Amino acid sequence: MALLELNNVSAAYGPVRALEGVSLEVNDGEIVCLLGSNAAGKTTTLRTILGMVPAHKGEIRFNEERIDELRTQDIVGRGVTMVPENRRLFAKMSVRENLEIGANLRTDKKEIREDMERVFVLFPRLKERIGQRAGTLSGGEQQMLAIGRALMAKPSVLLMDEPSMGLAPILVEQVFDTIKEINELGTTILLVEQNAHVALSIADRGYVLQTGRIVLHDEAHALLEHPQLSQAYLGELD
Amino acid sequence: MTAKTETRTRRLPFERIPVRRIILVALSLAIIYGVVAGSAATLQTGTFSGADWRTLVVNGLARGSVYALIAIGYTLVYGVLFMINFAHGEVFMSGTYTSFFVATALAESGYLNEHPLISIGILFVVSMVVSTVVAIILERLAYRPLRGAPRLVPLITAIGASLFLQYTFRGLYGANVRAYPEIAAIQGTWEIFGFDFLKKQVIVIVAAMIFWLILYLVVAKTKTGRAMRAVGEDREVAALMGIDVDRTIVATFAIGGALAGAAGILFVFVFNQVIFIMGFLPGLKAFTAAVLGGIGSISGAALGGLVLGVLEAIGPNLFLTGANVPSPNQLQPVVAFGILVLVLIFLPGGFLGSDEEERA
Repeated sequence: MALLELNNVSAAYGPVRALEGVSLEVNDGEIVCLLGSNAAGKTTTLRTILGMVPAHKGEIRFNEERIDELRTQDIVGRGVTMVPENRRLFAKMSVRENLEIGANLRTDKKEIREDMERVFVLFPRLKERIGQRAGTLSGGEQQMLAIGRALMAKPSVLLMDEPSMGLAPILVEQVFDTIKEINELGTTILLVEQNAHVALSIADRGYVLQTGRIVLHDEAHALLEHPQLSQAYLGELD
Repeated sequence: MTAKTETRTRRLPFERIPVRRIILVALSLAIIYGVVAGSAATLQTGTFSGADWRTLVVNGLARGSVYALIAIGYTLVYGVLFMINFAHGEVFMSGTYTSFFVATALAESGYLNEHPLISIGILFVVSMVVSTVVAIILERLAYRPLRGAPRLVPLITAIGASLFLQYTFRGLYGANVRAYPEIAAIQGTWEIFGFDFLKKQVIVIVAAMIFWLILYLVVAKTKTGRAMRAVGEDREVAALMGIDVDRTIVATFAIGGALAGAAGILFVFVFNQVIFIMGFLPGLKAFTAAVLGGIGSISGAALGGLVLGVLEAIGPNLFLTGANVPSPNQLQPVVAFGILVLVLIFLPGGFLGSDEEERA
């Protein structure tokens, strides 16, 4: 059974339709990526899952239970969280506080401390900068902190919105290695990416969105070889 | 040909300076001249002794402490919601005025002077609880439904709510000025470092410092404080961290209300009277203090309050006595709101404002 399931979901920003009958599923332990050109509805899909954009049609299930009527903070409480686009750290807070606030809903103090150590194993740079304000970190460090902050919530599903955006190629590779590592440690991942090749290289399956609809979905390796993928759907693939 | 270029180069510097800048410089020079000349004249007349100045400063610090505590309410709400809660002065009034009835009952039974410490504790609790409740109701009924509206809308609502509360309390408690019962234990003076200080002023300053310190620790160290800062920085991501945004906003109003209620008791220690419009001027002055210190900053509220209090106490006497202005202390609001205007013109971020941080 799917861990996270969208069934015929539609959403809109006011009169502007953003999603039209989107159905997708993410199984336990998978990395699934969501591809598409600009304004295809990738980010909206993630935001709808988390209740930041209301779904006006269809249903969203997590662990078989409907979550489409819940408030964001309650959805997060059930085990879904997100690394938002552009990282959106709390710039005035320290690295430590950003990590602590990621674990805001948890009360298991000892395990929170252990998880923070685990984040530092993943990103040793963050430990060096623990007392520094998040706003003063470099772009790559900020992305690490954004991922670390999300991991502190101990999610069973992690949504990631363009984790490679604005990063140097060498850092992109590093971030994707980390995503794979996080997945191997047991977190299911739904990934939104412009960078289709890199994303598909670590993903199990992929969906392609175009103007708010799913137009293609398949195993990742099949999508990589799909003849029309680049020209027809993604626009800017090189 | 040469003449033409010359006139052009000569004219250029003038063209580069905007008229606004010239007016501002002229204005600031006039103010500096007025302040310096007035102060010099006052000091030459020797109307005030060293002890007089010391009294004025302590007096200013005491009232400044009250402003500082009220200012925190403005600054917290602004820091989280980016709105000015202009009804905050009425939040302050509601608790203070309600505590008046308790104080009167305690005074009449004689309990107030038999057990002054317990009585003062009771008055604080009553005032803080009432102000907190009023602040929470205000948020729930007047501001929350307007959360998504343009910024001007809650501002206008706040002014309406302010008048609504004033006249509701006028209806409830009457239109007269009432004398707050005096507490014998806090009258008189203490000798500290060889100088005499009014007990109540010392109590006001120390109590305000304690309240400020508690608040600072709450905001810096507790989960609620962290949630408040998170909601202030990015409401949506705060929710993504599992923070209950609505509850955090209620907590912000509640904390601001509680401090306003506490400030009210300190206020009556110094001024000894209550009336339904008592929140208006102190509220505006506290707002000035918050802007002066840098709105959104808790340390700024404290600093702004103290600076404003001292300037208000010293300013009229120092600047105006020498200029033969009759009864200069009547002009305290002129100093307070003159400062507001000057701060907005010359230092819009205040002393500790985070203008640049937000831009970066």
